[in-house]
Amino acid sequence: MAIVNGNSNQMLGGGRGADALARSIGHHPVAALMIAAAVIGVLWLILAAWPAGFEDVFGRKRLFINALFNGVTLGGLYFLVASGFTLIFGLMRNVNLAHGSLYLFGGYMGYEAVEWTGSWLLSYIVAFVCCAIIGAAMQVLIFRRIEGQDLRQTLVTLGLSIVFSDLMVWVWGGNTFQITTPDYLMGPIPTPIVVAVKSSGEAIFLQYPRVRLVIFAAAILIGIGMWLALNRTRIGVMIRAGVDDRDMLSVLGYRVQLLFLLVFAFGAGLAGMAGVVGGTFQSISLGEDSHFLLASLQVVIVGGLGSIPGAALGALIIGLSEQIGLVYFQNYATVLTFLIMVIVLALRPQGLLGRR
Amino acid sequence: MTVTQATGSGSIGVGGPQPDSVVTRWVYAHSPILLLGLLLVLLPAIASDFVLNQIVGWTLILGMIALSLMFLAGYGGMVSLAQMTVAGVAGYMITVLGASSLPSISLFWPWWAAAPLAIIIAVAFGTLAGALSARTEGIYTIMITLAIAVAFFNLTLQNWSIFNGFNGFTAIPAPIVFGINWRAPVPLYYLILFFSALSYAGVVYISRAPFGIALQGVRDNPRRMEAIGYNVTAHRIAAYTFASLIAAVGGILLVWLNNQISPGTAGIEATIDLLVIAVVGGLGHPIGAFIGAIIFVVLRTFALDALVAVGFDGRRFQTIIGLGFLAVVLFSPDGVIGLWQRWLARTRGLSGRKVR
Repeated sequence: MAIVNGNSNQMLGGGRGADALARSIGHHPVAALMIAAAVIGVLWLILAAWPAGFEDVFGRKRLFINALFNGVTLGGLYFLVASGFTLIFGLMRNVNLAHGSLYLFGGYMGYEAVEWTGSWLLSYIVAFVCCAIIGAAMQVLIFRRIEGQDLRQTLVTLGLSIVFSDLMVWVWGGNTFQITTPDYLMGPIPTPIVVAVKSSGEAIFLQYPRVRLVIFAAAILIGIGMWLALNRTRIGVMIRAGVDDRDMLSVLGYRVQLLFLLVFAFGAGLAGMAGVVGGTFQSISLGEDSHFLLASLQVVIVGGLGSIPGAALGALIIGLSEQIGLVYFQNYATVLTFLIMVIVLALRPQGLLGRR
Repeated sequence: MTVTQATGSGSIGVGGPQPDSVVTRWVYAHSPILLLGLLLVLLPAIASDFVLNQIVGWTLILGMIALSLMFLAGYGGMVSLAQMTVAGVAGYMITVLGASSLPSISLFWPWWAAAPLAIIIAVAFGTLAGALSARTEGIYTIMITLAIAVAFFNLTLQNWSIFNGFNGFTAIPAPIVFGINWRAPVPLYYLILFFSALSYAGVVYISRAPFGIALQGVRDNPRRMEAIGYNVTAHRIAAYTFASLIAAVGGILLVWLNNQISPGTAGIEATIDLLVIAVVGGLGHPIGAFIGAIIFVVLRTFALDALVAVGFDGRRFQTIIGLGFLAVVLFSPDGVIGLWQRWLARTRGLSGRKVR
């Protein structure tokens, strides 16, 4: 079960990727045509001003564009949470059901850090370090003792999540916290996307919160950074080798336990950072742990467990379907996300980019 | 990879000298369960209505639903977290099809139409959930069923047209059949006792029937079973169907006992509680589900007062449950049953059965 291997070249272009793309278009001309038509259709939906009759059927364009932007940026947040989850699974075969608790804990710690120091950027470091320490402690104190027993490890993470969430209720109670956006990221930013045309013929452009776009860009950067670290560095090679055959790696003299510790701490820290993002985007409160655990589960089920590009694709799909569902089918929004999961499971049980 | 391996035998750990006649030998071998049954039948003579319904009745119902999980996990090697959800679907369906405080949603069908249809819908739901997860293995099953459970919980919270959102339903009494008012404490108790005994016997029977033996073969080595001609996926899905039948009946009884249903009935906490019950009791034998349930119910009912009495904060109940669960998973993965079997083996030398 490799984290990235196979599809990596196609993902970021490159000479071989372009060849492969040309070949696969040649092999599946109809599918390629349909995908191209869909891409053009979506681009038209986003960029063009909608004709009058169109808005009567599908609602205001502003609504659609907002749902689209919210979905994509929410996908960025989901990617941050789920990539740690999928990384830990890929290497250690450990489904960390306490991942949502780590997210929530990171959010609370970030909130406390902002309250104490007033620095939004520092809160990310605080949340990352706190969660990474907890993750490392979990790996050293518990998972090392029951290594290789997937199911037992999973049950332990479930037990931990019960305890963590109750302890967090104890400390922070049932209040909702919102992490204050720093001044330099406050306010909306104009985008070149037309949402409506005034009767005078003047176009109205979409205004979108600056902080969400910045965080989304940061999520992409982190994703690319992880991809580069996995594919271009020595430790990345070790991780990928460990994913494929950790016994062999340890026989070759590499310190697999140290690798496990680092990856677990990094994955947990990523969840903590995502908690600060979530606290800025939305809010942090009781029950957010299970919300983000569910999101991580859905993301990796759709994208493919153990695959970073899969997590990115899954996060985009789940984020979009949640927001679009909220706008267009309020009573059944969760059903839409769920249906996507069911369809993926029925057609590709290993997930879109997962390997058997 | 299962936590424990179920042995598929009827009685637990009774060795000693064996009498001659077939009947006396059977009675002797099953004396613990027969004594327990006798005690439960005679219980209404001595116990108050509170003990009858809120302690023993609730235990038996939770035990039934946990039994369905035990059947899947112990004999099938599939830890499904969707069993509480199946019970919840049945409970909601009996409310929507039958009577409740909300005439705008409930259809007020008679019990002989509403109850079977509710069970059929819940079993279909459980089978579908099984079909989705049966093609994957091990920890994927936990992930997928947990995602199903949380998605259903979110749906019940969001949806007001069928599930009446956050409020749920009240006033859902058991029917009056054959001139007996089944909502009165003693008849309701016997109704619950009858169905839980029936499901217990059913699970014990199936575990020794060819289907149960084949299922345990699938648990131990699916590839080998496939090679000798068994349809592994079909066996797994059939196991889900049978388990869902038990959970569905348990769900309807639960609604009749509590006289209400709301999203929390099949919420995340309830889902995890059910797993805790099954694992703490022990997945090695059907009785484990009921042992886990009585421990849970007694703790839930009395722990608050007990905690306060010894100077702790009574609200930290979840932490106690979580820590207890962690202790069991880490130190006695086969639950209370495993402890007992090991204790028996030690006190009787090695004359007893094999203990893992």
